[in-house]
Amino acid sequence: MSEYKPTIGLEIHVQLATKTKIFCSCSTEFGDEPNTNVCPVCLGLPGALPVLNEKVVEYAVRLGSALNMTINKVSTFYRKNYFYPDLPKGYQITQYAIPIASEGFLEIKTKKGKRKIRIQRGHIEEDAGKSIHTGDITESQYSYIDFNRSGVPLMEIVTYPDIETAEEAYEFLVLLRKTVRYLGVSSGDMEKGALRCDVNVSVSKNDKIGTKVEIKNLNSFKSVRRAVEYEVKRQIDVLENGGSVVQETRHLNEKTGETVAMRTKEELNDYRYFPEPDLPPLILTDEFIEKIKKELPELPLQKEERFIKEYGIKEDYAHDIASSIELANYFEAVCRATKKPKEVANFLMTNIMKYLNKTGKQITEISFNEKKFAEFLSLIDNGTISKNIAKEVIDQSLETGKSPKEIVKERGLVQITDEDAIKEIVLEVLKENPKPVSQYLSGKTQTIGFLIGQVMKKTKGKANPQIVNKLLRNALMKMKK
Amino acid sequence: MDITELSISQLVKNIKSGEISVKEVMKSYIENINKKESKIKAFIHLDIDNALKKAEELDRMREKNGVLFGVPFAVKDNINVLNTETTAGSKILKGYISPYDATAVEKVKKENAIIIGKTNMDEFAMGSSTENSAFFPTHNPVNVEYVPGGSSGGSAAAVKSKEVLAALGSDTGGSVREPASFCGIVGLKPTYGLVSRYGLIAFSSSLDQIGPLARNVEDAAVLLNVIAGFDSRDETSVNIEKKDYTALLGKEIKGKKIGIIKEITDFDLQQEIKSALNKTVDTLNKLQAEVIEVSIPHLKYALPVYYIIAPSEASANLARFDGVRYGLIREGNNLKETYQLTRTEGFGEEVKRRILIGTFALSSGYYDAYYLKASKVRRIIANEFENAFKKVDALLLPTTATTAFKIGEKKSPLEMYATDIFTIPVNLAGLPAISIPSGNDKKGLPIGMQLIGKWFKEEELLQIAYSIENGG
Ligand SMILES: [Zn+2]
Repeated sequence: MSEYKPTIGLEIHVQLATKTKIFCSCSTEFGDEPNTNVCPVCLGLPGALPVLNEKVVEYAVRLGSALNMTINKVSTFYRKNYFYPDLPKGYQITQYAIPIASEGFLEIKTKKGKRKIRIQRGHIEEDAGKSIHTGDITESQYSYIDFNRSGVPLMEIVTYPDIETAEEAYEFLVLLRKTVRYLGVSSGDMEKGALRCDVNVSVSKNDKIGTKVEIKNLNSFKSVRRAVEYEVKRQIDVLENGGSVVQETRHLNEKTGETVAMRTKEELNDYRYFPEPDLPPLILTDEFIEKIKKELPELPLQKEERFIKEYGIKEDYAHDIASSIELANYFEAVCRATKKPKEVANFLMTNIMKYLNKTGKQITEISFNEKKFAEFLSLIDNGTISKNIAKEVIDQSLETGKSPKEIVKERGLVQITDEDAIKEIVLEVLKENPKPVSQYLSGKTQTIGFLIGQVMKKTKGKANPQIVNKLLRNALMKMKK
Repeated sequence: MDITELSISQLVKNIKSGEISVKEVMKSYIENINKKESKIKAFIHLDIDNALKKAEELDRMREKNGVLFGVPFAVKDNINVLNTETTAGSKILKGYISPYDATAVEKVKKENAIIIGKTNMDEFAMGSSTENSAFFPTHNPVNVEYVPGGSSGGSAAAVKSKEVLAALGSDTGGSVREPASFCGIVGLKPTYGLVSRYGLIAFSSSLDQIGPLARNVEDAAVLLNVIAGFDSRDETSVNIEKKDYTALLGKEIKGKKIGIIKEITDFDLQQEIKSALNKTVDTLNKLQAEVIEVSIPHLKYALPVYYIIAPSEASANLARFDGVRYGLIREGNNLKETYQLTRTEGFGEEVKRRILIGTFALSSGYYDAYYLKASKVRRIIANEFENAFKKVDALLLPTTATTAFKIGEKKSPLEMYATDIFTIPVNLAGLPAISIPSGNDKKGLPIGMQLIGKWFKEEELLQIAYSIENGG
């Protein structure tokens, strides 16, 4: 039996993080009192007209460019006609024939190595309002509509069906989210609806693409993965049992992880697209496009690769640090201040990450800045604290906000480097542990580890481990003689 | 002095000099309203008390500013006026109070005109007789058995009957010029993009344009000075330099080239209108303008093209009237039923017909054959006008092929649509055009002559119209 090959395409709505809506000057603030950020335009009152927000264009060009797309110097707006209570004009203004951006790709890392996922188009459009049903939609007596979201700008990104696994779909979305955050064009928060994903899935044994099933309204990265996994399996089962896949729209049941067919009636929409007469074609100058391209920041994968090359840090550290622009900025700021990238990466990915996870804080919210980091690393370097103690110091500094020096001073954590002082303790330990000592002397030299541990315990970890090691060996050597 | 006979500039001059008070002006006009409105029925909404209050307010002002200071004014009911019922002549918007002023209204108010009411119209501007108003028909002040034209029939009738001095209308396929012609007044449709559409309830967005209805060319020019200009709230409004449209009035038109469209002979013209056209040509000759023949070969396709484009856009523009947020609401057992009940009851027959035509023309499988084809022919027509304007400064043709018809006389939609054959091409090309009175027919009904100007050359168009108006 030959293998089934899944073919997966994504349609992702990215909510652009402009301060005002796409066709009016109402605020896009999320979570305000319902129907407070509204005006005649976004309420679709008779006589009101749309005026395109230039910031939306700028953000779309930025995102399109970052996704390696061609920015179209002339693009057009269309009306997509359908009736729904939260669509105030009875049509959505969107781009259809010529989108603002077309033909690009995003390169993702997979188990098989790097893969280019081609992007077909990226177009800008307005969001609808939000329907709020009391209870189940079929039984709900009333529905409420919040038009605060009506007219919030979206950019829809449509990929080619280049994705082959649920994991790749997941990776693509993760990278897209990183990218929009890097660019500052969207919060990328899927739970707040700033990223919304529809998936097209088909399976086939040969080069002919199978019947496409669309899964709509997936609201988390995990849902996307689950939906694709389930849908691929379902379609293979159907085909293996001699059935055929029906072209339809399904949605994911979040509880069971199964996809369920939506009523097919909803697919019979004829949107009657036609050019939006209220908006002339959007014409962009070369200067405008070039300026935005020039100002594009370094993107996640580029940064990751540079971190490996420039700082010589481990690949997985580089990947994790580059996954967030804030983390990456922090890392680089500290590296500039300390010139010790490997140590910085180590402490960042262990102690600091642990602290962030525990407290739910962002890297930008901690007081352990590059200055404190530099002070901290110099304490290790000049032997003031041992590597063991260092972990305690950074944890305490993160926790309390006090400087590493203060922590060391307060807690008396200064490393004991005084050989006489350590020698005294070494002798004490040798006296108290005759058994391991005799074992060592009879050739079981690994017991020295236990003895070092005893010395460290007595000094509360403050003794310089190198000195302890040296003095212990010297003392044992003498006993042997 | 009969106050209601004064032109805008005369009236405003007299008010500003203290010769007459705004209250006196208003009272004279109210007298006319009281005498005539019950027969004419030009207004859907009339607020005389407020107009008087406003008049007293203006009289108390120390600085009497504004080129329309104290001018009794009317606005077509598809143009939004703040805190005023705005219905567009439709039952579906009955009781809808607008929360904002259209840009054109804002400008008229800023010049201190007094808006006394909202005028009747064919529902959503779809019609040529004002008989399609959801409320009542308006009667032609010249002869109340006849229609005043449409869709701005209420505005035209209010100006003609001197219930107001001037009014705003909207013109999608002739809705300012045709009623002006039927009522014997002046109606101007500006170049598409010269006057902001913000606040004009859209019928066909790529064709709609607000325009003045006035008693003479000068008043129309004064009004255009007020309402023209770039508006950042309308992306189709064009940013051109501010002009004084009265500047060329009275300047001789010697040597100007006026074109007569050859293809006009393909259409059946009422005999008296033919004569009026010839008489206007004589006047032009007398004024030493050069009259030459030009060709617009695709003229006859304008009507069918219009009846694809306009309903298509209308089908989308009118989708917002769904009984969910404002206006008429008829609740059904479910959402679809609510839509059906509301729209069935809320829209009149002609509006439904056009929504159906438009919805059909945009449907998948038909779009290319109808909407796209119509858009292409529209461009051809515009190009033919552009070529004609390489040879001439303006085009002359009748506004309509016949004078006004009786209320209830035209039965079929196609008969009614044909009324606009000479006005529609102008909207398709986005050109400016004006209708000026040109005598009466045997029945005493007014005839209108239409002059079409070059894009954004209203000052020249008004200059020629003024010369004909005063030189005949
Ligand atoms: Zn708004």
